[in-house]
Amino acid sequence: MTLDVAPGAAPAGYPPIPLRRIVTTEVRKLFDTRSGFWLVAGVGLLALLATAAVAALSSDAGMTYRAFTTAVDYPLTVVLPVVAILSVTSEWSQRSGLTTFTLVPRRGRVVAAKAVACVGVAVAAVPLALGAAALGNLAGTSSAGIAPVWDVTATSMLTIVGSNVLGVLVGFVLGVLLRSSVGAVVAYFVYALVLPALAVVLAGSQAWFRTVQPWVDLRYAQGTLVDGTMTAAQWEHLAASAALWLLAPLVVGLVAVVRAEVK
Amino acid sequence: MIAVDALTRRYGGFTAVDDVSFTARPGRVTGFLGPNGAGKSTTLRILVGLSTATSGTATVGGRRYVDLPDPGREVGVLLDASAQHVGRTGRETLTIAQRTMGLPRDRVEEMLALVGLTPQESSRRVRDYSLGMRQRLGIGTALLGDPAVLVLDEPANGLDPGGIRWMRGLLRDFADRGGTVLLSSHLIHEIEVVADDLVVLARGRVVARGPKADLLRAAGPAAGGGGLEQLFLDLTEGALA
Repeated sequence: MTLDVAPGAAPAGYPPIPLRRIVTTEVRKLFDTRSGFWLVAGVGLLALLATAAVAALSSDAGMTYRAFTTAVDYPLTVVLPVVAILSVTSEWSQRSGLTTFTLVPRRGRVVAAKAVACVGVAVAAVPLALGAAALGNLAGTSSAGIAPVWDVTATSMLTIVGSNVLGVLVGFVLGVLLRSSVGAVVAYFVYALVLPALAVVLAGSQAWFRTVQPWVDLRYAQGTLVDGTMTAAQWEHLAASAALWLLAPLVVGLVAVVRAEVK
Repeated sequence: MIAVDALTRRYGGFTAVDDVSFTARPGRVTGFLGPNGAGKSTTLRILVGLSTATSGTATVGGRRYVDLPDPGREVGVLLDASAQHVGRTGRETLTIAQRTMGLPRDRVEEMLALVGLTPQESSRRVRDYSLGMRQRLGIGTALLGDPAVLVLDEPANGLDPGGIRWMRGLLRDFADRGGTVLLSSHLIHEIEVVADDLVVLARGRVVARGPKADLLRAAGPAAGGGGLEQLFLDLTEGALA
């Protein structure tokens, strides 16, 4: 098949859809469904509860900005990957892809726009969470009558952004690979909850696994990211395990997304 | 104009679409007729880039659909009205399409009025829509970009008699204003009243095509005077024999 335009055919009368437009539409699609709305509302609610819990339950010495940050960040790390998963899988499970891929037939552009949208939302959500944690810290310490402790450095704020983006990317890639909401969400929680436990068991009993773990265990490599003290070797570990967990499944999933029939 | 040329789609050993060729011309409603499983939907999916052809080509205005820069502005497509996100409101569903195509915002309200969805109905989630309302919403999405070509798969499904008459008038008017309509259906009567040209498919192959009047005349009284229905049954059962 050639791309030649037949003689007499009208020249392209409309400019191509800019990627920016697809991205902003995909951001809107993250929040305009009932499930999207409740996911976002849920994050807000959980963050509020977490802040209140830290303020109410922690000792005076434990009531630091880091404690609030950790509490507020937790709902984000659970919900943001699910938002990313549903962004991709709903096109198949809800069959809205029939319209999406008819309006934008270059499916790779839709997937790219969804990736940008999800990462953008993750990056934007962290400052909001950090702000909420700061308010919690001020309110909690003032009601306890102690001076607020600001013990989160700019570097570790950046690593919080980084680890949230990584979690979103893992969810996103699982969505692209599996294209099923239930399958991808289950796979994500296996990845996030079961594999780390398995890795601990393996590392405790198998010497060979201890050697390769930094290279193949993305969450292990990511753990060092959260601590905020990355050596050159740790960056290499992160790159290697990210290639294994993100790049390889993304390539496989993308090929299938572009080729598969949309029904 | 839609041009389908020697289009074939095989799934393993099964040939769903077998060397199908036809054109749908501006100013005319082309009825795409055939029994269930004849390959109509597969042909339409290939036409709009949702499936790929094993061989052959399908073009709109001389270009492959996937090469159109902003396809919604040139081709309105409704393949399956139930393929919409049920968690979105009807208005939001149109808004998503309106933003993707970069159209002015008031286009959404215009379309809602055109397809007869009231403000209350358009604020409800698609989950709570009847099939007829989903068809209206799907037609609205297809017409949103003011295209010159319409590709519709069984759009009368789920519509009440009033809705079917409305749809018929809408398609007639669209073609009379110079638009190209490719309308698939297994409902012979629907096609008979609105189509100018016919393409009849059976078991993946074109068994008849041409102006409706010519096909009916050729069948004539020899076919028992049963009109399009008799012609259709003769053609499609002949293909099965």
